[in-house]
Amino acid sequence: MISSFKEKRNLAITGALIGVVAIVLMVLGNPGNMGFCIACFIRDIAGSLSLHNTAIVQYMRPEIIGIVLGAFIISVIKGEFKPRAGSAPIMRFVLGFFMMVGALVFLGCPLRMVLRLAAGDMNAFIGLLGFITGIAIGSFFLNNGFSLGRAHDVDRIEGAVFPFINIVLLFILLFFPSLLKFSESGPGSMHAPIVISLLVALIVGMAAQRTRLCMAGGIRDIFLIKDFTLITGFVFIFIAALISNIAIGNFHLGFADQPVAHDKHLWNFLSMALVGLSAAMLGGCPLRQLILAGEGNSDSAVTVLGMLIGAAFSHNAGAASSAGTGPAMIGKVSVVVGLVFCLALAAVITRKRSRQ
Amino acid sequence: MIEVDARGLSCPEPVIMAKKALKKSPDGIDIHVDNVASKENVSRYLEAMGCKVSLNEGIGEWLISGRK
Repeated sequence: MISSFKEKRNLAITGALIGVVAIVLMVLGNPGNMGFCIACFIRDIAGSLSLHNTAIVQYMRPEIIGIVLGAFIISVIKGEFKPRAGSAPIMRFVLGFFMMVGALVFLGCPLRMVLRLAAGDMNAFIGLLGFITGIAIGSFFLNNGFSLGRAHDVDRIEGAVFPFINIVLLFILLFFPSLLKFSESGPGSMHAPIVISLLVALIVGMAAQRTRLCMAGGIRDIFLIKDFTLITGFVFIFIAALISNIAIGNFHLGFADQPVAHDKHLWNFLSMALVGLSAAMLGGCPLRQLILAGEGNSDSAVTVLGMLIGAAFSHNAGAASSAGTGPAMIGKVSVVVGLVFCLALAAVITRKRSRQ
Repeated sequence: MIEVDARGLSCPEPVIMAKKALKKSPDGIDIHVDNVASKENVSRYLEAMGCKVSLNEGIGEWLISGRK
Protein backbone atom coordinates (compact mmCIF):
# COMPACT_ATOMS: atom_id res chain seq x y z
CA MET A 1 0.00 0.00 0.00
CA ILE A 2 2.90 2.32 0.83
CA SER A 3 4.37 1.72 -2.61
CA SER A 4 1.10 2.81 -4.20
CA PHE A 5 1.20 6.07 -2.26
CA LYS A 6 4.77 6.67 -3.39
CA GLU A 7 3.84 6.09 -7.01
CA LYS A 8 0.97 8.54 -6.77
CA ARG A 9 3.17 11.11 -5.05
CA ASN A 10 5.86 10.82 -7.74
CA LEU A 11 3.25 11.07 -10.47
CA ALA A 12 1.82 14.16 -8.80
CA ILE A 13 5.28 15.77 -8.64
CA THR A 14 6.00 14.86 -12.27
CA GLY A 15 2.60 16.14 -13.39
CA ALA A 16 3.05 19.40 -11.53
CA LEU A 17 6.55 19.75 -13.00
CA ILE A 18 5.25 19.27 -16.56
CA GLY A 19 2.35 21.65 -15.98
CA VAL A 20 4.64 24.41 -14.74
CA VAL A 21 7.48 23.99 -17.24
CA ALA A 22 4.97 23.90 -20.11
CA ILE A 23 3.83 27.37 -19.15
CA VAL A 24 7.42 28.53 -18.55
CA LEU A 25 8.42 27.32 -22.04
CA MET A 26 5.44 29.20 -23.46
CA VAL A 27 6.52 32.38 -21.67
CA LEU A 28 10.04 31.84 -23.02
CA GLY A 29 8.78 31.67 -26.59
CA ASN A 30 6.90 28.45 -27.40
CA PRO A 31 3.51 28.87 -29.15
CA GLY A 32 0.32 29.58 -27.21
CA ASN A 33 -0.86 26.77 -24.92
CA MET A 34 1.72 24.55 -26.62
CA GLY A 35 4.44 24.33 -24.00
CA PHE A 36 4.89 20.65 -24.62
CA CYS A 37 2.70 19.31 -27.39
CA ILE A 38 4.15 16.02 -28.60
CA ALA A 39 2.04 15.91 -31.76
CA CYS A 40 2.67 19.54 -32.71
CA PHE A 41 6.39 19.19 -32.10
CA ILE A 42 6.76 15.97 -34.09
CA ARG A 43 4.84 17.78 -36.82
CA ASP A 44 7.35 20.66 -36.65
CA ILE A 45 10.22 18.17 -36.88
CA ALA A 46 8.58 16.60 -39.95
CA GLY A 47 8.55 20.08 -41.47
CA SER A 48 12.11 20.79 -40.46
CA LEU A 49 13.17 17.57 -42.22
CA SER A 50 11.29 18.69 -45.36
CA LEU A 51 8.78 15.86 -45.06
CA HIS A 52 6.09 18.50 -45.51
CA ASN A 53 6.24 22.03 -46.86
CA THR A 54 3.91 23.97 -44.60
CA ALA A 55 6.26 26.90 -44.00
CA ILE A 56 4.76 27.99 -40.68
CA VAL A 57 5.32 24.70 -38.81
CA GLN A 58 8.97 23.79 -39.31
CA TYR A 59 11.42 23.52 -36.41
CA MET A 60 13.70 20.84 -34.98
CA ARG A 61 12.07 20.81 -31.55
CA PRO A 62 14.63 20.05 -28.84
CA GLU A 63 11.74 19.07 -26.54
CA ILE A 64 11.16 15.82 -28.47
CA ILE A 65 14.87 15.02 -28.64
CA GLY A 66 15.29 15.76 -24.93
CA ILE A 67 12.37 13.58 -23.85
CA VAL A 68 13.70 10.59 -25.81
CA LEU A 69 17.25 11.08 -24.56
CA GLY A 70 16.10 11.71 -20.98
CA ALA A 71 14.22 8.41 -21.00
CA PHE A 72 17.21 6.71 -22.64
CA ILE A 73 19.75 8.00 -20.09
CA ILE A 74 17.69 7.24 -16.99
CA SER A 75 16.65 3.81 -18.24
CA VAL A 76 20.30 2.89 -18.84
CA ILE A 77 21.27 4.17 -15.38
CA LYS A 78 18.41 2.32 -13.69
CA GLY A 79 18.92 -0.91 -15.62
CA GLU A 80 15.57 -0.55 -17.35
CA PHE A 81 16.95 -0.08 -20.86
CA LYS A 82 15.36 -3.13 -22.38
CA PRO A 83 15.53 -3.39 -26.16
CA ARG A 84 12.57 -5.32 -27.51
CA ALA A 85 10.63 -5.58 -30.73
CA GLY A 86 8.21 -7.69 -32.67
CA SER A 87 4.77 -6.77 -31.40
CA ALA A 88 2.89 -5.95 -34.62
CA PRO A 89 5.22 -3.21 -35.92
CA ILE A 90 3.27 -2.30 -39.05
CA MET A 91 -0.04 -2.21 -37.23
CA ARG A 92 1.61 0.10 -34.73
CA PHE A 93 2.96 2.26 -37.54
CA VAL A 94 -0.54 2.70 -38.97
CA LEU A 95 -2.07 3.30 -35.52
CA GLY A 96 0.63 5.91 -34.85
CA PHE A 97 -0.16 7.47 -38.24
CA PHE A 98 -3.85 7.81 -37.40
CA MET A 99 -3.14 8.93 -33.84
CA MET A 100 -1.25 11.85 -35.40
CA VAL A 101 -3.96 12.52 -37.98
CA GLY A 102 -6.49 12.79 -35.15
CA ALA A 103 -4.24 15.00 -33.04
CA LEU A 104 -3.63 17.40 -35.94
CA VAL A 105 -7.35 17.73 -36.70
CA PHE A 106 -7.94 18.55 -33.03
CA LEU A 107 -4.70 20.60 -32.95
CA GLY A 108 -2.91 18.91 -30.11
CA CYS A 109 -1.93 15.67 -28.47
CA PRO A 110 -3.54 14.65 -25.15
CA LEU A 111 -0.91 16.67 -23.30
CA ARG A 112 -1.73 19.85 -25.17
CA MET A 113 -5.43 19.08 -24.70
CA VAL A 114 -4.88 19.31 -20.94
CA LEU A 115 -2.75 22.45 -21.32
CA ARG A 116 -5.48 24.04 -23.47
CA LEU A 117 -8.11 23.06 -20.92
CA ALA A 118 -6.00 24.62 -18.18
CA ALA A 119 -5.98 27.88 -20.16
CA GLY A 120 -9.79 27.93 -20.31
CA ASP A 121 -10.08 26.61 -23.89
CA MET A 122 -13.43 24.82 -23.72
CA ASN A 123 -12.87 23.23 -27.15
CA ALA A 124 -10.38 21.05 -25.32
CA PHE A 125 -13.17 19.94 -23.01
CA ILE A 126 -15.09 18.65 -26.04
CA GLY A 127 -11.83 16.98 -27.09
CA LEU A 128 -11.49 15.43 -23.64
CA LEU A 129 -14.98 13.94 -23.91
CA GLY A 130 -13.99 12.41 -27.25
CA PHE A 131 -10.68 11.21 -25.81
CA ILE A 132 -12.44 9.48 -22.90
CA THR A 133 -14.93 7.91 -25.32
CA GLY A 134 -12.12 6.58 -27.51
CA ILE A 135 -10.30 5.12 -24.51
CA ALA A 136 -13.53 3.55 -23.24
CA ILE A 137 -13.99 1.82 -26.59
CA GLY A 138 -10.35 0.70 -26.61
CA SER A 139 -10.68 -0.59 -23.03
CA PHE A 140 -13.73 -2.59 -24.04
CA PHE A 141 -11.68 -4.36 -26.72
CA LEU A 142 -8.71 -4.84 -24.35
CA ASN A 143 -11.00 -6.36 -21.76
CA ASN A 144 -12.31 -8.78 -24.35
CA GLY A 145 -8.92 -10.03 -25.45
CA PHE A 146 -7.50 -7.40 -27.82
CA SER A 147 -3.72 -7.62 -28.02
CA LEU A 148 -1.04 -6.58 -30.47
CA GLY A 149 0.94 -9.64 -29.43
CA ARG A 150 4.17 -10.30 -27.61
CA ALA A 151 7.46 -8.53 -28.15
CA HIS A 152 10.77 -10.28 -27.62
CA ASP A 153 14.19 -9.16 -26.51
CA VAL A 154 16.53 -7.87 -29.19
CA ASP A 155 20.13 -6.76 -29.30
CA ARG A 156 21.07 -3.66 -27.32
CA ILE A 157 22.35 -2.04 -30.53
CA GLU A 158 18.87 -2.28 -32.05
CA GLY A 159 17.42 -0.53 -29.02
CA ALA A 160 20.04 2.20 -29.15
CA VAL A 161 19.36 3.18 -32.76
CA PHE A 162 16.36 5.41 -32.06
CA PRO A 163 18.06 7.36 -29.24
CA PHE A 164 21.12 7.64 -31.50
CA ILE A 165 19.01 9.16 -34.28
CA ASN A 166 17.89 11.79 -31.78
CA ILE A 167 21.51 12.54 -30.86
CA VAL A 168 22.27 12.99 -34.56
CA LEU A 169 19.29 15.34 -34.97
CA LEU A 170 20.50 17.37 -31.98
CA PHE A 171 23.99 17.51 -33.47
CA ILE A 172 22.57 18.77 -36.78
CA LEU A 173 20.41 21.35 -34.99
CA LEU A 174 23.39 22.69 -33.03
CA PHE A 175 26.13 22.55 -35.66
CA PHE A 176 24.59 22.23 -39.13
CA PRO A 177 21.22 23.99 -38.89
CA SER A 178 21.42 24.91 -42.58
CA LEU A 179 20.48 21.28 -43.35
CA LEU A 180 17.10 21.88 -41.71
CA LYS A 181 14.14 24.09 -42.44
CA PHE A 182 13.01 26.69 -39.93
CA SER A 183 9.77 28.67 -40.01
CA GLU A 184 10.16 32.42 -40.32
CA SER A 185 6.63 33.07 -39.12
CA GLY A 186 3.80 31.19 -37.42
CA PRO A 187 3.97 28.58 -34.64
CA GLY A 188 7.15 27.00 -36.00
CA SER A 189 9.05 30.28 -35.57
CA MET A 190 8.05 30.54 -31.92
CA HIS A 191 10.35 28.73 -29.57
CA ALA A 192 12.16 28.93 -26.26
CA PRO A 193 15.99 28.98 -26.30
CA ILE A 194 17.38 25.61 -27.46
CA VAL A 195 19.42 24.90 -24.33
CA ILE A 196 16.52 25.56 -21.97
CA SER A 197 14.09 23.48 -24.04
CA LEU A 198 16.57 20.63 -24.14
CA LEU A 199 17.40 20.67 -20.44
CA VAL A 200 13.75 20.87 -19.42
CA ALA A 201 12.87 18.04 -21.78
CA LEU A 202 15.69 15.84 -20.44
CA ILE A 203 14.27 16.25 -16.93
CA VAL A 204 10.70 15.63 -18.11
CA GLY A 205 11.83 12.55 -20.07
CA MET A 206 13.55 11.15 -17.00
CA ALA A 207 10.62 11.87 -14.68
CA ALA A 208 8.10 10.44 -17.16
CA GLN A 209 10.21 7.29 -17.56
CA ARG A 210 10.43 6.75 -13.81
CA THR A 211 6.72 7.31 -13.19
CA ARG A 212 5.33 5.70 -16.42
CA LEU A 213 3.27 8.87 -16.86
CA CYS A 214 0.72 8.44 -19.64
CA MET A 215 -2.16 10.66 -20.60
CA ALA A 216 -4.24 7.77 -21.94
CA GLY A 217 -3.19 5.16 -19.38
CA GLY A 218 -4.71 7.01 -16.44
CA ILE A 219 -8.18 7.05 -17.95
CA ARG A 220 -7.77 3.50 -19.27
CA ASP A 221 -6.80 2.10 -15.86
CA ILE A 222 -9.94 3.60 -14.34
CA PHE A 223 -12.08 1.81 -16.94
CA LEU A 224 -10.18 -1.46 -16.78
CA ILE A 225 -9.25 -1.98 -13.15
CA LYS A 226 -10.63 1.05 -11.26
CA ASP A 227 -7.07 2.10 -10.50
CA PHE A 228 -6.52 5.82 -9.93
CA THR A 229 -2.72 5.83 -9.84
CA LEU A 230 -1.80 6.92 -13.37
CA ILE A 231 -4.58 9.52 -13.57
CA THR A 232 -2.76 11.40 -10.79
CA GLY A 233 -0.19 12.66 -13.32
CA PHE A 234 -2.91 13.87 -15.67
CA VAL A 235 -4.74 15.70 -12.88
CA PHE A 236 -1.63 17.40 -11.55
CA ILE A 237 -0.55 18.61 -15.00
CA PHE A 238 -3.95 20.26 -15.22
CA ILE A 239 -3.82 21.81 -11.74
CA ALA A 240 -0.26 23.10 -12.10
CA ALA A 241 -0.90 24.52 -15.57
CA LEU A 242 -4.17 26.07 -14.41
CA ILE A 243 -2.52 27.87 -11.50
CA SER A 244 0.39 28.98 -13.70
CA ASN A 245 -1.96 30.27 -16.38
CA ILE A 246 -4.04 32.24 -13.90
CA ALA A 247 -0.84 33.64 -12.39
CA ILE A 248 0.42 34.99 -15.72
CA GLY A 249 -3.02 36.09 -16.95
CA ASN A 250 -3.27 33.43 -19.66
CA PHE A 251 -6.61 32.00 -18.54
CA HIS A 252 -9.45 32.88 -20.94
CA LEU A 253 -12.56 30.76 -20.52
CA GLY A 254 -14.57 30.11 -23.68
CA PHE A 255 -14.76 28.50 -27.10
CA ALA A 256 -13.92 31.42 -29.37
CA ASP A 257 -10.53 32.89 -30.28
CA GLN A 258 -8.39 30.37 -28.43
CA PRO A 259 -4.73 30.15 -29.53
CA VAL A 260 -4.06 27.57 -32.27
CA ALA A 261 -7.50 25.95 -31.89
CA HIS A 262 -10.89 25.77 -33.61
CA ASP A 263 -14.45 25.44 -32.34
CA LYS A 264 -15.84 22.73 -34.63
CA HIS A 265 -17.25 20.62 -31.82
CA LEU A 266 -18.04 17.45 -33.77
CA TRP A 267 -14.50 17.30 -35.16
CA ASN A 268 -12.85 18.14 -31.86
CA PHE A 269 -14.79 15.24 -30.37
CA LEU A 270 -14.21 12.71 -33.16
CA SER A 271 -10.54 13.55 -33.70
CA MET A 272 -9.74 13.05 -30.00
CA ALA A 273 -11.86 9.89 -29.95
CA LEU A 274 -9.50 8.64 -32.68
CA VAL A 275 -6.48 9.63 -30.57
CA GLY A 276 -7.97 7.93 -27.48
CA LEU A 277 -8.85 4.73 -29.31
CA SER A 278 -5.50 4.41 -31.07
CA ALA A 279 -3.61 5.27 -27.86
CA ALA A 280 -5.52 2.59 -25.94
CA MET A 281 -4.74 0.05 -28.67
CA LEU A 282 -1.07 1.08 -28.70
CA GLY A 283 -0.79 0.94 -24.91
CA GLY A 284 0.12 4.60 -24.51
CA CYS A 285 -0.27 8.22 -25.57
CA PRO A 286 2.25 10.02 -27.85
CA LEU A 287 4.38 11.05 -24.84
CA ARG A 288 4.52 7.49 -23.56
CA GLN A 289 5.52 6.21 -27.01
CA LEU A 290 8.51 8.59 -26.97
CA ILE A 291 9.51 7.37 -23.51
CA LEU A 292 9.22 3.69 -24.47
CA ALA A 293 11.21 4.36 -27.65
CA GLY A 294 13.90 5.90 -25.45
CA GLU A 295 13.88 2.73 -23.31
CA GLY A 296 14.82 0.74 -26.39
CA ASN A 297 11.35 -0.38 -27.44
CA SER A 298 11.52 -0.64 -31.24
CA ASP A 299 7.75 -1.11 -31.56
CA SER A 300 7.25 2.29 -29.97
CA ALA A 301 10.00 3.76 -32.15
CA VAL A 302 8.07 2.49 -35.19
CA THR A 303 4.93 4.08 -33.72
CA VAL A 304 6.77 7.41 -33.49
CA LEU A 305 7.85 7.06 -37.12
CA GLY A 306 4.20 6.41 -37.98
CA MET A 307 3.35 9.64 -36.18
CA LEU A 308 6.08 11.48 -38.11
CA ILE A 309 4.74 10.26 -41.44
CA GLY A 310 1.17 10.90 -40.25
CA ALA A 311 2.17 14.51 -39.60
CA ALA A 312 3.78 14.81 -43.02
CA PHE A 313 0.66 13.36 -44.66
CA SER A 314 -1.63 15.64 -42.67
CA HIS A 315 0.13 18.74 -43.91
CA ASN A 316 0.88 17.60 -47.45
CA ALA A 317 -2.73 16.53 -48.00
CA GLY A 318 -4.22 19.45 -46.10
CA ALA A 319 -5.83 17.18 -43.51
CA ALA A 320 -4.46 19.10 -40.52
CA SER A 321 -6.86 21.72 -39.22
CA SER A 322 -6.20 25.40 -39.67
CA ALA A 323 -6.28 27.44 -36.48
CA GLY A 324 -9.61 29.22 -36.30
CA THR A 325 -11.33 27.65 -39.30
CA GLY A 326 -11.07 23.96 -38.39
CA PRO A 327 -10.63 20.90 -40.58
CA ALA A 328 -11.05 20.81 -44.37
CA MET A 329 -13.03 17.97 -45.99
CA ILE A 330 -9.89 15.84 -46.33
CA GLY A 331 -9.26 16.21 -42.60
CA LYS A 332 -12.77 15.07 -41.76
CA VAL A 333 -12.53 12.13 -44.15
CA SER A 334 -9.15 11.16 -42.67
CA VAL A 335 -10.57 11.10 -39.14
CA VAL A 336 -13.52 8.94 -40.19
CA VAL A 337 -11.25 6.58 -42.12
CA GLY A 338 -8.97 6.37 -39.08
CA LEU A 339 -11.86 5.56 -36.75
CA VAL A 340 -13.24 2.91 -39.12
CA PHE A 341 -9.77 1.38 -39.50
CA CYS A 342 -9.09 1.27 -35.75
CA LEU A 343 -12.54 -0.14 -34.92
CA ALA A 344 -12.30 -2.79 -37.64
CA LEU A 345 -8.78 -3.79 -36.59
CA ALA A 346 -9.74 -3.95 -32.93
CA ALA A 347 -12.87 -5.98 -33.69
CA VAL A 348 -11.08 -8.48 -35.96
CA ILE A 349 -8.19 -9.05 -33.53
CA THR A 350 -10.48 -9.27 -30.49
CA ARG A 351 -12.71 -11.80 -32.23
CA LYS A 352 -9.74 -13.90 -33.30
CA ARG A 353 -8.19 -13.84 -29.80
CA SER A 354 -11.43 -14.65 -28.01
CA ARG A 355 -11.80 -17.80 -30.10
CA GLN A 356 -8.36 -19.07 -29.09
CA MET B 1 -3.63 -22.13 -8.63
CA ILE B 2 -3.34 -20.54 -12.06
CA GLU B 3 0.02 -19.64 -13.57
CA VAL B 4 -0.03 -16.90 -16.20
CA ASP B 5 2.70 -16.07 -18.69
CA ALA B 6 2.59 -12.36 -19.48
CA ARG B 7 6.18 -12.12 -20.70
CA GLY B 8 6.64 -10.02 -23.82
CA LEU B 9 3.44 -8.13 -23.12
CA SER B 10 3.30 -4.57 -21.89
CA CYS B 11 0.72 -2.54 -20.02
CA PRO B 12 -2.13 -2.94 -19.67
CA GLU B 13 -2.30 -6.54 -20.88
CA PRO B 14 -0.51 -8.27 -17.97
CA VAL B 15 -2.88 -6.54 -15.54
CA ILE B 16 -5.93 -7.66 -17.51
CA MET B 17 -4.55 -11.20 -17.54
CA ALA B 18 -4.05 -11.01 -13.78
CA LYS B 19 -7.59 -9.75 -13.35
CA LYS B 20 -9.05 -12.59 -15.42
CA ALA B 21 -6.89 -15.23 -13.75
CA LEU B 22 -7.85 -13.99 -10.31
CA LYS B 23 -11.50 -14.34 -11.25
CA LYS B 24 -10.94 -18.00 -12.14
CA SER B 25 -8.70 -18.67 -9.18
CA PRO B 26 -9.75 -16.36 -6.33
CA ASP B 27 -7.25 -17.85 -3.84
CA GLY B 28 -4.28 -16.55 -5.73
CA ILE B 29 -2.23 -16.59 -8.93
CA ASP B 30 1.34 -16.72 -10.19
CA ILE B 31 2.18 -14.43 -13.07
CA HIS B 32 5.39 -14.05 -15.07
CA VAL B 33 6.26 -10.58 -16.39
CA ASP B 34 9.41 -9.24 -17.99
CA ASN B 35 9.28 -5.48 -17.69
CA VAL B 36 9.37 -3.20 -14.68
CA ALA B 37 6.22 -1.25 -15.52
CA SER B 38 4.21 -4.50 -15.68
CA LYS B 39 5.81 -5.73 -12.46
CA GLU B 40 4.70 -2.56 -10.68
CA ASN B 41 1.21 -2.53 -12.21
CA VAL B 42 0.46 -6.19 -11.56
CA SER B 43 1.80 -6.00 -7.99
CA ARG B 44 -0.26 -2.89 -7.32
CA TYR B 45 -3.35 -4.51 -8.77
CA LEU B 46 -2.96 -7.71 -6.73
CA GLU B 47 -2.40 -5.66 -3.57
CA ALA B 48 -5.51 -3.63 -4.30
CA MET B 49 -7.42 -6.91 -4.66
CA GLY B 50 -6.32 -7.89 -1.15
CA CYS B 51 -3.55 -10.31 -2.08
CA LYS B 52 -0.25 -10.75 -0.31
CA VAL B 53 2.32 -10.19 -3.05
CA SER B 54 5.74 -11.79 -3.24
CA LEU B 55 8.32 -11.30 -5.97
CA ASN B 56 10.83 -13.75 -7.36
CA GLU B 57 13.40 -12.06 -9.55
CA GLY B 58 14.94 -13.93 -12.45
CA ILE B 59 17.20 -12.62 -15.20
CA GLY B 60 15.22 -9.81 -16.78
CA GLU B 61 11.92 -11.21 -15.53
CA TRP B 62 9.87 -11.63 -12.40
CA LEU B 63 7.48 -14.18 -11.00
CA ILE B 64 4.79 -12.36 -9.06
CA SER B 65 2.79 -14.46 -6.60
CA GLY B 66 -0.43 -13.10 -5.21
CA ARG B 67 -2.10 -15.02 -2.37
CA LYS B 68 -5.27 -14.24 -0.53
